[in-house]
Amino acid sequence: MALVCVHGPLRKLAGGRAEQELGGTTVEELLRELEHEHPAVAGWILDERGAIRRHINVFVNGERGGERTAVGSADRVEILPAITGGAVI
Amino acid sequence: MTELLLGTKKGLFALEGEPGSEFEVTCRAFAGEPIDFAMRDPGSGRVIATSTSPFYGPKIWFADDPAGEWTQAEGVALPEGGDEALQRIWVIVAGEGGSLYAGGDPGVLFDSRDGGATWELNRALREHRVDEDWQPGGGGLCLHSIVPWPGEPDKLAVAVSAAGVWLTDDHGETWRKGNRGIAARYVPEDASEDSSPLCVHRMERARRDPRRMFIQFHGGVYRSDDAGQSCSEIGSGLPSDFGFPLALDPSDPDSAYVIPLTGDFDRVTPEGHVRVYETRDGGVTWTPRGEGLPAEQAYLTVLRRAFDRAGEGSSLQLYFGATSGDVFGSGDAGGSWFTAATRLPPVFSVTASG
Repeated sequence: MALVCVHGPLRKLAGGRAEQELGGTTVEELLRELEHEHPAVAGWILDERGAIRRHINVFVNGERGGERTAVGSADRVEILPAITGGAVI
Repeated sequence: MTELLLGTKKGLFALEGEPGSEFEVTCRAFAGEPIDFAMRDPGSGRVIATSTSPFYGPKIWFADDPAGEWTQAEGVALPEGGDEALQRIWVIVAGEGGSLYAGGDPGVLFDSRDGGATWELNRALREHRVDEDWQPGGGGLCLHSIVPWPGEPDKLAVAVSAAGVWLTDDHGETWRKGNRGIAARYVPEDASEDSSPLCVHRMERARRDPRRMFIQFHGGVYRSDDAGQSCSEIGSGLPSDFGFPLALDPSDPDSAYVIPLTGDFDRVTPEGHVRVYETRDGGVTWTPRGEGLPAEQAYLTVLRRAFDRAGEGSSLQLYFGATSGDVFGSGDAGGSWFTAATRLPPVFSVTASG
């Protein structure tokens, strides 16, 4: 089980806890498990294609990861809004 | 009392007031979030709003009171596992019999039978989009206009930029293309009418004569007398036939109001002079309506959904907002105008009720 930390407004949707343990061998599997545990988060991190939304960052043990990044037991996964803005926002 | 719901770049603003004087901002919801559109459902009384967070994607929300608790609607997504994701919800329109419709990017239509709590994708229109490879306009592949047919819940017309006008007579089970007669100036003259991308900017239907429709096109204002099947150009007499907003007086099927912009090369009010143009003869003639609007050094951009009306006939009220954050209104069918609000964030949409 990986240790998942959800930041920002997503945390409330994801049960409100600072950390939680979730199963999965990839980031996508882990995020699907997060949606299964907390249906309110569906559509907020992964879009319909299964892609991580453009301005959401996922880090695995401090390294930026993608949907297919492998996740092992005891890995630490952080999910947080990216820095964005400037020209448009 | 008139209520205005403004979708802005930085939240939803609810305003209340009487025509002729500045409106009061009664609440701001979704602070910091882009709100593309907001409306009060005449059936349920709920306020329905759409947001497109740059972080978390498009959502629809509903609330009994815009200053109260908002609930996220369900079903606002494309089928999982495909190669497209929902990009934005552009508009929500009340249909016949208590239904609601939502239009969005990429060229999608949803409907709700429970006051906006749950939504279902119209799969038949979606199949046209997939099979025919619709081309997006500059703002995306946006389904921005949804026009029900009063008293006929099975009939509906929608407009997509840049996939033109689509019509159904069986409540969205099947669709056919309308808009014969629209001439796109941005394609070669000998381009096939069937395959040309048609950048409709906004479309409305006359309530008292539902076969009469008006279309603001990407260069050209059109009228249809056969429910959108074919169109004829009526923009002669306007300072520019480029623009986005369009509003009608429900009491008069010959009426239409447009807000011309200089052109697609310069999307501001022509010559720094803000004017709404009115026709009462189906587009044969147009009359500028600018009394009380900025007449000098006013280079405003008014977006496609930032123009709405309340009431009808001699008490027709008109309201529009600009990306400058200014909102203007008229309580006498465009005869005179007042400033309803200033210094708001860029206004994306305006709806009026009351």
